[in-house]
Amino acid sequence: MRTTKVVGGTATACAVAVLVNASMVTLLSQQPAPVPAILQSYKPVTAERLKKPDDGDWLSVRRTYDGWGYSPLEQLTPGNVARLQPVWVFATGERSGHQAPPMVNNGVMFVATPGNQVIALDAKTGAQLWRYRRPISDEVIQLHRTSRGVGLYGNKVYFAAAEAVLVALDAATGKEVWTAKVDENRNGYYMSVAPLVADGKVMVGASGGELGIRGFIAAFDADTGKPAWKTYTVPAPGETGSATWPQGDQWKTGGGSVWVTGNYDPETNLAYWGTGNGGPWMGDQRPGDNLYTSSTLAIDVATGAIKGHHQYHPNDSWDWDEVSPPILADYTRNGRTVKGLIDVARDGYLWFLERSNGPIGFVEGTPFVKQNVFKSLDPKTGRPDVDPDHKPGTGKRATFCPSLWGGKNWPPVAFSPKTRLLYIPANENLCETMIGAPVSYSPGQRYVGATYTFSIAEGADHVGEVQAWNIDTGKRVWTHTYATSPNWGPMLATGGGLVFSGGTNDREFHAFDAKSGKLLWKFPTNSGIIGQPTSFLAGGRQYVAVQSGWGVDSQGMETQLNNLRPGDFPEVPEGGAVWVFAIK
Amino acid sequence: MAKIGVGRRAVLKGGAALLLVKGQTVGAQGDAAAIRPKEGDFLVKVDTPGAKPLTPDDVPVGMTQTMAWPLDPMDGTVRNGSRLNRILLLRLDSSTLTPDTRARAADGVVAYTAICTHTGCEVIDWHADEQMLSCPCHYSKFDPKDGARVADGPAPRALPALPLQTIDGKLAVAKPFTTRVGFEQP
Repeated sequence: MRTTKVVGGTATACAVAVLVNASMVTLLSQQPAPVPAILQSYKPVTAERLKKPDDGDWLSVRRTYDGWGYSPLEQLTPGNVARLQPVWVFATGERSGHQAPPMVNNGVMFVATPGNQVIALDAKTGAQLWRYRRPISDEVIQLHRTSRGVGLYGNKVYFAAAEAVLVALDAATGKEVWTAKVDENRNGYYMSVAPLVADGKVMVGASGGELGIRGFIAAFDADTGKPAWKTYTVPAPGETGSATWPQGDQWKTGGGSVWVTGNYDPETNLAYWGTGNGGPWMGDQRPGDNLYTSSTLAIDVATGAIKGHHQYHPNDSWDWDEVSPPILADYTRNGRTVKGLIDVARDGYLWFLERSNGPIGFVEGTPFVKQNVFKSLDPKTGRPDVDPDHKPGTGKRATFCPSLWGGKNWPPVAFSPKTRLLYIPANENLCETMIGAPVSYSPGQRYVGATYTFSIAEGADHVGEVQAWNIDTGKRVWTHTYATSPNWGPMLATGGGLVFSGGTNDREFHAFDAKSGKLLWKFPTNSGIIGQPTSFLAGGRQYVAVQSGWGVDSQGMETQLNNLRPGDFPEVPEGGAVWVFAIK
Repeated sequence: MAKIGVGRRAVLKGGAALLLVKGQTVGAQGDAAAIRPKEGDFLVKVDTPGAKPLTPDDVPVGMTQTMAWPLDPMDGTVRNGSRLNRILLLRLDSSTLTPDTRARAADGVVAYTAICTHTGCEVIDWHADEQMLSCPCHYSKFDPKDGARVADGPAPRALPALPLQTIDGKLAVAKPFTTRVGFEQP
């Protein structure tokens, strides 16, 4: 109030003051913030580095294109992990699900969070280098408020913004270099996927399987943001696979969303992407196999052409998205080495497949949790023989296991080439009872047509599991169980013989002996951990990093479990943070 | 049967104005369609072009929510330009409503935002046995008999309520939303 009076009283002084202030503001806004030294010497991410990252770097969401989630670093071992301690922690200022890995390029860490935020940090000290926030309007449709990471290439950081806009940031400053509209958010397309960068292109897909979208994978030129190609996961009439959509225009709203980053084979330039369930949910409302829903697609990165596919279950009626892609790992079977694809599916089966320069072959499939839907698999094709008693339909109630969240949802597995074990974050003993109802399509509105009730199988003594499977024998080697928690924790395996993951409602970050499955260390963080752990080197020392920040589906499952067994599954505190651990 | 009170004058005023401007194109159609519901707005069913304003009897007692948009009675604009304008209607036994909720109801019809306060999903599920609303995304439950307070799940606050009245037998907005519509944005 006093200031107003003074300003009003002395016109000349006021004008001068305004001028001075205005010029100061101009100076400040024109002066670029000094670029921290560590960013002045930022090491560009080349195509070669993405193919063969240094042991101490984590340049792709799963570190390597094969999707192993494996760090070769050996300093941390079963012998010393008990001394692991937090080195620094950084609050993201966001709630909801923090699923992105802290990715590290030569000491610079990049983390994506909910709320369209990307943060650059000094990986060693935790010092903030820059912080990018893209405003989100209240109108934005985003059923899952999360980000699963960024893509790195050259001097850029690629981020899939919630409203279906792809953003390229300058890695040194965090400023936007270009943006590209990917699709129409008001029609239900939103993004949470981490971009895949390969062959000079940035690839993304869109979520919206509950909103009547038509899924796709779209590629953009990494330098300019110019669209390169867009391949729909549901074919239009006349395209290969369109015969599996015999009824009218259903392909236009057929689902097949894409919200987990594909893996990539540089030898063939094929990217392996997973697709979501068909829309609406009830299979009997969209007759046919509904290619390419609930499938893995082999996509030629140069052209976007679909060179091969494997559909895990035709005509989905269980909300089993198969978005998490298979890892690329060669394994032996009957004395033969198979150029493999291994997928741990939401439908509760562990699938051993074979990759090539195109077609995807079936080798074997085996349930890794209670599964009462598939009576058997065709030995040649892997096509399941579905028990109609456990397939819900319109007006037809059916109970099925695993639940709609699946035996494993999106959280990625890890594979260690040393132990030959595949580490799976599983949820056992969960089932669903579902009944369908007719539903009509309206852009951007829920297009599901089902009601459902979650249940725990009778006699169940636990829900969450970490499983380890030997990929050469196809047999389970060890299982760690969580009595009163689901497991929503992405896995990390390390060369020192450890496996890390969070995933539980008690906020713990766990380290297991990779060979035996013995729990060696745990640490309670601020919230529940559903983020992808990473490991990196800084100053010659091995660190382990992870985001803690419970939310999205883990939170939904926890609420439902607590309704079934009140008190056993308490609410998990929300709020995100980046944690970095090392031996002091 | 219709609660008149405030309504009678409003209906006359609204009715007259409607006649005057009927068929007129409003310049900022998009804006009028996106502004939040105002006193005197009628309610029309979503996804039903040309729908007539809803009456209390159009909302079945104790049954799942009826989804509606506000309708400007002056020029007939359906305020569907913002998803945050989606309203859910329920007709409940008035004797089961808390005093505050009853005061906002019209003939037992209560109105709340359809947008969950947690992450913005639509609150489309109805548990008839418990008379509870719930959201299919994270299973927050809201008690519509008691101001849509959070009964379970992660939602941070109650669903904003939309006080209703009846005007000439039709459901109409009595006052703006009690609190900001939309979801958690830290």
